[in-house]
Amino acid sequence: MDASVKQRIETLIASSPIFVFMKGNKLMPQCGFSNNVVQILHSLGVPFETFDVLADMEIRQGIKDFSDWPTIPQVYVKGEFLGGSDILIEMYNSGELREKLEVALAS
Amino acid sequence: MVQPEQVREAIQKALPDAAVDVEDLTGGGDHLQVKVCSVAFAGQSRVQQHQMIYRALKDELASEAIHALALQTSTPA
Repeated sequence: MDASVKQRIETLIASSPIFVFMKGNKLMPQCGFSNNVVQILHSLGVPFETFDVLADMEIRQGIKDFSDWPTIPQVYVKGEFLGGSDILIEMYNSGELREKLEVALAS
Repeated sequence: MVQPEQVREAIQKALPDAAVDVEDLTGGGDHLQVKVCSVAFAGQSRVQQHQMIYRALKDELASEAIHALALQTSTPA
């Protein structure tokens, strides 16, 4: 992967404790899976930042290589890759997500 | 699009013991829900478990033959 793309991704991930690479934005998600993640984070009432991969082909491909993960959305918490929509839903339903995010935001 | 059988075979090639359940969510063959149960997932994080499946389906995902893949992974009880 291009070093400048990697650098941009690292800067984005570091810009917020909870960072989401998604299709569309918080107000207008452009994909059902991205929408799932936004709704989950909204319902937990946690602050998060997003990046619209549809607006940037470099990041759209770059983030897949960076995370070794072929799909969007992708959620990062404190610089750690947490997962995509399926994992977020599973962790939300088990209560694990709330706990994990509370710890991340408190530290 | 892909046939559910192709998906099962690709996953079982990587994880021979896996029990694989493929559901075609739209009937179009490109929005799939896949449940995989394998001992190979023991001790792996969820991210690692999903990465194992994504790797097995790399070609199908890269060509967008599979557009959407909902994944659930588990280990035998």
